[in-house]
Amino acid sequence: MPDKLTDQTSKPRPSPAGASQAVAGSAAARPGAEGGTPAVEFRDIDIAYGKFVAVRDFSLAIRRGSFVTLLGPSGCGKTTILRSIAGLVDISGGQISIGGRRVDDVPIYKRNIGLVFQSYALFPHKNVFDNVAFGLKYRNVPKADIQRKVRQALEMVRLPGSEKKLPSQLSGGQQQRIALARAIVFEPEVLLLDEPLSALDANMREEMRVEIKKIQKETGITAIFVTHDQEEALSMSDRIVVMNAGAVEQIGTPEEVYETPATAFVADFLGKANMLAGTVSAADQQTATVSLAAGQTVTVASPRALAPGAAVTVVVRPQKLAVGPAATSNRLAGRVVSTSYLGSSAIYEVDIGGRTTIRANTPISGKIAREGEAIDVGFGPADCVLLDENGSRIA
Amino acid sequence: MSAAARGNREGRWAWRLTGFVTLCVYIFLFAPIIATVVLSFNASMFGGFPMTGFSLQWYGKLLGNEQVLAAFRTSMWIALVTAVITTAVGVVTAYTLIRFEFRGKQMLNTLVILPALVPETILGVGLLVAIKAVDQPRTSLLLVLGHILLAVPYVVLIAQARMVGIRRVYEEAALSLGASRLASFREITLPLLVPAVVAGALLAFTISFDNTSASLFWRPAGVETMPTQILSMLKISISPEINALGTVMILVTVGIPLIGGLLLQGLTRLRRRGNPEEKT
Repeated sequence: MPDKLTDQTSKPRPSPAGASQAVAGSAAARPGAEGGTPAVEFRDIDIAYGKFVAVRDFSLAIRRGSFVTLLGPSGCGKTTILRSIAGLVDISGGQISIGGRRVDDVPIYKRNIGLVFQSYALFPHKNVFDNVAFGLKYRNVPKADIQRKVRQALEMVRLPGSEKKLPSQLSGGQQQRIALARAIVFEPEVLLLDEPLSALDANMREEMRVEIKKIQKETGITAIFVTHDQEEALSMSDRIVVMNAGAVEQIGTPEEVYETPATAFVADFLGKANMLAGTVSAADQQTATVSLAAGQTVTVASPRALAPGAAVTVVVRPQKLAVGPAATSNRLAGRVVSTSYLGSSAIYEVDIGGRTTIRANTPISGKIAREGEAIDVGFGPADCVLLDENGSRIA
Repeated sequence: MSAAARGNREGRWAWRLTGFVTLCVYIFLFAPIIATVVLSFNASMFGGFPMTGFSLQWYGKLLGNEQVLAAFRTSMWIALVTAVITTAVGVVTAYTLIRFEFRGKQMLNTLVILPALVPETILGVGLLVAIKAVDQPRTSLLLVLGHILLAVPYVVLIAQARMVGIRRVYEEAALSLGASRLASFREITLPLLVPAVVAGALLAFTISFDNTSASLFWRPAGVETMPTQILSMLKISISPEINALGTVMILVTVGIPLIGGLLLQGLTRLRRRGNPEEKT
């Protein structure tokens, strides 16, 4: 399905043999380093376990020094992709390059990658020093240099002086820091992070998120991060690759995938956007008037003239919806089904008729609407995205 | 009388009965061992009760008995060689069965365990017939091979149980850090397998040192192991010397695993305070 693979400009993908690749990475961040070979490049990767196809036709180029996240629900193939870079999973088609070198036939221990696991995977019978020094030892680094590098790495993860401790004497967060130190101490070409925060409790997760991002920036290492958590993806990444069912749904910056989701899946997976089905009743070059299935009519910005009668979906983020008197354009009359008070904001579930419930997340001003109250919600003509009948963004 | 008090009294009786039965079971279990050990110090000429006095003469006699000493030496080296080879084979087999997927894996799994299920006598005769069929003599090598055959299933089972608890990510981490498959086995998997290696070696040693029925078939002419030596001595008379010999055997087969276990415990306490199963 070539139309599923969309780079940030949503151009149809050229033929597989074409040179143009979807490029993920911070294009603007390091202008001097442009034009070099990508740190990691996938070309038309297929991965199958027996008859089950885990990943199909996956292409991606990752810029040096960028932080790229593979985001998707469990079973979407993101971990499989990560493991294929490491060489822990065999690909059944295509090719993978690390730093311009094809690695399809290179065994894992010669790929020079740093790997951080969800379960830390520190060697339980080795102390912190021996764990961190492991990769250096197998690269024949002189003893004195090993001492120095391990010390530096432990300082970097803010656990200096823990050399003699055993993994079992450390907390989960500390273990993951040591695992991070172990993976970066030998300066690998790529750092692969396989849901490294999922085993941590909520507070520690927040802290580690900042920590990992900081270390990645300081070292300038290329990082590929796998998660199913949209918040992690949005807050840490230079680019996000949203995956579903073994294929790429969208590649873009956090802002791009969040603000202009390319598909219905992306809109729903990132932030549970409201999806309002309807048909175009009138349209010109800039706007379209859509009769919603809910029975109301909205006028929205449209990138091109749409054919009247075309089935479309209007995607609106809960945060873009205004409630009550603040709803000035595209007012939809409804009734509050439920209210969740979150302190600085409130989430309303509003029934706008036709069995359609719309979710609004708005800052609190004045009094909070209660269940059963009649209320108006509205959104600006440009505060939404239009999807066609196949669920792809109209551009 | 309240119902609670009645229930209490019934509980007390049940408790006493349990205690009594437990005592009987323990007496039944340990009486033969205790009798052998006690009677080995009997001064009497006859290998049975009553005791007539304390004496170490039967141990002295053992030390002077060249046949017994030869049998002891034979059993020791056969058990040692069996333990070493069986442990190596068993650990590698368990590793292969747990870590790799290949055709016929289930079959291999069953085949490896089979010697533990087939009656020993059948195995004894079977191996003998097989050896005769290819026209080979009965040598000590055959005896060692036979003992390995008998002990491998147990070592594989022990090593497999431990191997299941060693998560694959440890090896994957080692590989990603640049260690080859062999190096990551040597540095990561094997050290984590140490408890199973020690337990397997001890068990293999004991199985070999103890084995009687199969050894009767396999030993070369003129060679005796400890158990077969005791059997042949019994044919003549129940001498108190046999009790002394029995005590020595008990000492070896119980003492060695005990010492091994203690050593392992000390080692574990020294090197780490958690193990992979406890800490995930």
